[in-house]
Amino acid sequence: MYATRARQARPEPFVARPAIAERLGLAYMDWTLALSAVALAAFSVFTLDQATLHDVPGSPHYYVDRQVLYGAVGIVGMLLLTRVDYSRFRELRVGIYTFLCASIALIFVFGFAARGSRRAFELPFFSFQPSELGKLLLILALAGFVIDGARRGSDRQRTVRYLCLGLAPAALVFLQPDLGTSLVFGAATLAVMYFGGVRWTHFAVIGGALVALVTLVLVVAPAVGTPVLKGYQAQRLTSFLHPSQDPRNAGYQQHQALIAIGSGEKTGRGDRATQTRLDFVPERSTDFIFAVIGERYGFLGAAFVLSLYALLIWRALRIVTLSKNSYGTLVAGGIAVSLLFQVFVNVGMNLGIMPITGIPLPLMSYGGSSVLATFLAIGVLQSIHMQARLSQKGRFAW
Amino acid sequence: MYLRSDDRRPQIRNGLALRIAVVGGLALALFAMLFFRLWDLQVLSGPKYLAEANNNRTREFRVIAPRGYILDRNGKVLVDNRTSLALQVNPQKLPSLPSRRQAELARLGALAHMSPRQVRRTMHEQLKVAAGAPVTLRRDVGYDLVYYLQENQDRFPGVQAQRVFVRHYPGGSLAAHVLGSVGEVSEEQLKEARYRNLQPGDQVGQGGVEHTYDRFLRGQPGLTRIQVNALGQPTPGGQLVSKPPVPGNSLKLSIDSSVQAAGEQALAARGLPGAFVTMDVSNGQILGLGSFPTFDPSEFTKPLTQAQVNSIYHNPLSPLTNRATEGLYPTGSTFKLITAMAALSSGVITPETTIVDGGSLTIGGQTFKNSGGASYGTLSLVPALQVSSDVFFYTLGLRMWNTGALQHWAHMLGIGRPTGIDLPEQAVGLLPSRQWRDRLYRRGETERPWSAGDNVQLATGQGDLQTNPLQMAIAYATVANGGTVVTPHVGMEVDDAAGRVLKEFEPPPRRHVHVDPTYRAAILKGLHEAAQTPGGTSYAVFGGFPVPVAGKTGTAQRPPNPDQSWYIVLAPYPNPRIVTAVTIEQGGFGVESAAPAALKILEAYFNKHTTGTAGPNGGSPG
Repeated sequence: MYATRARQARPEPFVARPAIAERLGLAYMDWTLALSAVALAAFSVFTLDQATLHDVPGSPHYYVDRQVLYGAVGIVGMLLLTRVDYSRFRELRVGIYTFLCASIALIFVFGFAARGSRRAFELPFFSFQPSELGKLLLILALAGFVIDGARRGSDRQRTVRYLCLGLAPAALVFLQPDLGTSLVFGAATLAVMYFGGVRWTHFAVIGGALVALVTLVLVVAPAVGTPVLKGYQAQRLTSFLHPSQDPRNAGYQQHQALIAIGSGEKTGRGDRATQTRLDFVPERSTDFIFAVIGERYGFLGAAFVLSLYALLIWRALRIVTLSKNSYGTLVAGGIAVSLLFQVFVNVGMNLGIMPITGIPLPLMSYGGSSVLATFLAIGVLQSIHMQARLSQKGRFAW
Repeated sequence: MYLRSDDRRPQIRNGLALRIAVVGGLALALFAMLFFRLWDLQVLSGPKYLAEANNNRTREFRVIAPRGYILDRNGKVLVDNRTSLALQVNPQKLPSLPSRRQAELARLGALAHMSPRQVRRTMHEQLKVAAGAPVTLRRDVGYDLVYYLQENQDRFPGVQAQRVFVRHYPGGSLAAHVLGSVGEVSEEQLKEARYRNLQPGDQVGQGGVEHTYDRFLRGQPGLTRIQVNALGQPTPGGQLVSKPPVPGNSLKLSIDSSVQAAGEQALAARGLPGAFVTMDVSNGQILGLGSFPTFDPSEFTKPLTQAQVNSIYHNPLSPLTNRATEGLYPTGSTFKLITAMAALSSGVITPETTIVDGGSLTIGGQTFKNSGGASYGTLSLVPALQVSSDVFFYTLGLRMWNTGALQHWAHMLGIGRPTGIDLPEQAVGLLPSRQWRDRLYRRGETERPWSAGDNVQLATGQGDLQTNPLQMAIAYATVANGGTVVTPHVGMEVDDAAGRVLKEFEPPPRRHVHVDPTYRAAILKGLHEAAQTPGGTSYAVFGGFPVPVAGKTGTAQRPPNPDQSWYIVLAPYPNPRIVTAVTIEQGGFGVESAAPAALKILEAYFNKHTTGTAGPNGGSPG
């Protein structure tokens, strides 16, 4: 019944609007948001085209072709979701949550191991990484739980319940092991709770606990001989604090990325780029794609990309304020914060001010799961935006 | 149903506005951080990182330049290069697993006859200097080893054979002491200005003209700068700079191969340590210069075996010593030319002055006798030289014992002084003088002060005198050419690859001395008669030589060793072009060993052979 709402709204009052946009449900889209997302995806394709020409022997457009396909599917998905009333997801929260946890858990059984870590299902055309889509699913489900449980139990009980709901899938992802994505899960959980009205004092306690946990994991546990993190994980997390200490090992990637970005100077080196072209910077199509942009297109290009992200996140935060209901507020807030978190951690990692955590840069990094999930998240934002517009126009579906 | 009353926005609106504002502020702060960091990296520190990136991606390889050839005066090749194979290891391509890496190096070391420790040390030393560059484990390996390695490449990843240039000596040991050898530049040498642009491992001349004329022979190494990827592998089309090596220029020596070979063969035939030098009296060009025992310079192109080390460095006859320029010997009667010159020029005698040779001369209770107990009666200078009367020259020595004239003339003619030759020259010798001995006496290093006996000894080239064939040749040349003290040299000109002369070496004379033509004529006549008139000291050897010469024998007493044989000859008489000095340690009388060797040299120079036989009166030895 909810799905028909947009269609019901279609024929009646606003004759002035172009009928075709109306029919496609695009009339009340946030065009700035959509265009900034598409622009980022396009810039990603543009960058990959130039930077990965020789990466796969015999097929110069390996990455480009796939990224274009993922982007196209993602845009279609975004447009479809725009027309879906996001409030439906609140109803489906238990199903979504179950699917989320099950898909991540199944990875341990059927997953495809890459570089010592099981993160994806190997499908015929595509290796699907459930934890990428999981970021969105967690936000949708958790926001539903928060709204649903708003009146149940004491504040403290609620806070603990939400934390447990959010941290369960985060823990599963952490065990894959995929530290970066589990951190995004954690950030999304906290964001939903934050916009769900969890007390500031509780956040203060959570913050204190986090600091204690980090100290325990990075300092105490190795000291007493039961390390929680794998050696390389701990090294990556701490090496950004002393990058020049050992440029051959843990700090090497980051140091090379720094050289790449710095050498781009104001206008970039274009095809004369060497750091990212000659393999000095690893993972140049995924985690370190920002270094490619920095080296090839210089400050101008990198600042342009950052500006697009700033625009994207501003529009997302704006949708938080526009949402017609609390569920929309929570979902939009969760998406906005998780995007902000990913962008800051990834770019910060490229710029040497954040640890290496393996978080992709949304829409820029090569990878179907990430691109698709991000476009779908933006589709949900569009849906919230559209529903808000429709309700402002007095077009309540109910 | 799903729209509960609490799900209406106004209910959480108060707190929400603040919360959104906080997140907005946080986002602003985070983006500001990223922008400032980006600005810092790319705009403020950009040039620094750009330099680092360029340094990252380039590797430089030096391409060794072949050394220039060394030719004799007629263009005959004395030293050229052959290509040889050097066994190299590319550290980038060795197995990354330490155990497999060690195993491969151990296998390789066994094939190259190197211990694992040697292999490790060699690699460590070279990688310290040029990290990432191929390490040369061993030079000049055989083709069989290289073929074996190529056939088993899978077992020896990272091992390669590099063609390098190695010195080649078509004449074997010919002129070894003149040529010197080539070896890796030492750490001490790298600190010297002349080796400023070299790197460890570069080859430089280590002796002889290879050392003196190194800067002409060395050439300039080529430089290839290539772009590499993160693994250090060259990238396609990544050759950034390629400067081809500039081969060294050729050095043409004044050495005449036939003269050189004749001298060396004559010494070798005698089999005793000795030396010879043949020089152009007018300009100091050395036509031949050799020392026996000699060495094979090609041995230094490969690592020496222990047997070679023993025979070269631990040999009591020290084959590396160039006795022609570094020997320290008394000269025997060959010194009489200098005594005669000093006595004539200082007015002690005239060419006609006669002295009675009664067979001996007694000074202060010490009796000096003629060699062999002969007595020649009344003599003037020319017959005194012809028969090499010791008493005649003892008398001259006695008359000049406290005037210093003999020392003055010997000094002016170059005895006991650096000659300025373009070969390593360590020993300058000793010219005994009153000042020298009195100073020693004052210090208590000798038992008596200068006495007439010392000068009498010096007048016949005995006693404390220490000189070498080269200095004596210069003294003879000075008298023969009328007073020009030439600068001896073996380097004649530098030619480029096309044979064009780039530079000629004509070192100016050291100094001039006044040689009265009358005195010169008298002395040369005496020497000529000594060599080629019956009764002359070396008539037995030179009597039948078709070219008129002027030569003087010498027999230096070196107790407890047997006498040392000397012969110095100027040819052709009366206007000599060349001087040849030969000395043979323990060779006995001058006419026995040194004179026949000198004859061989002159035969080679004039391309003429001795006809007829020496007269019956072989003349008295002297």
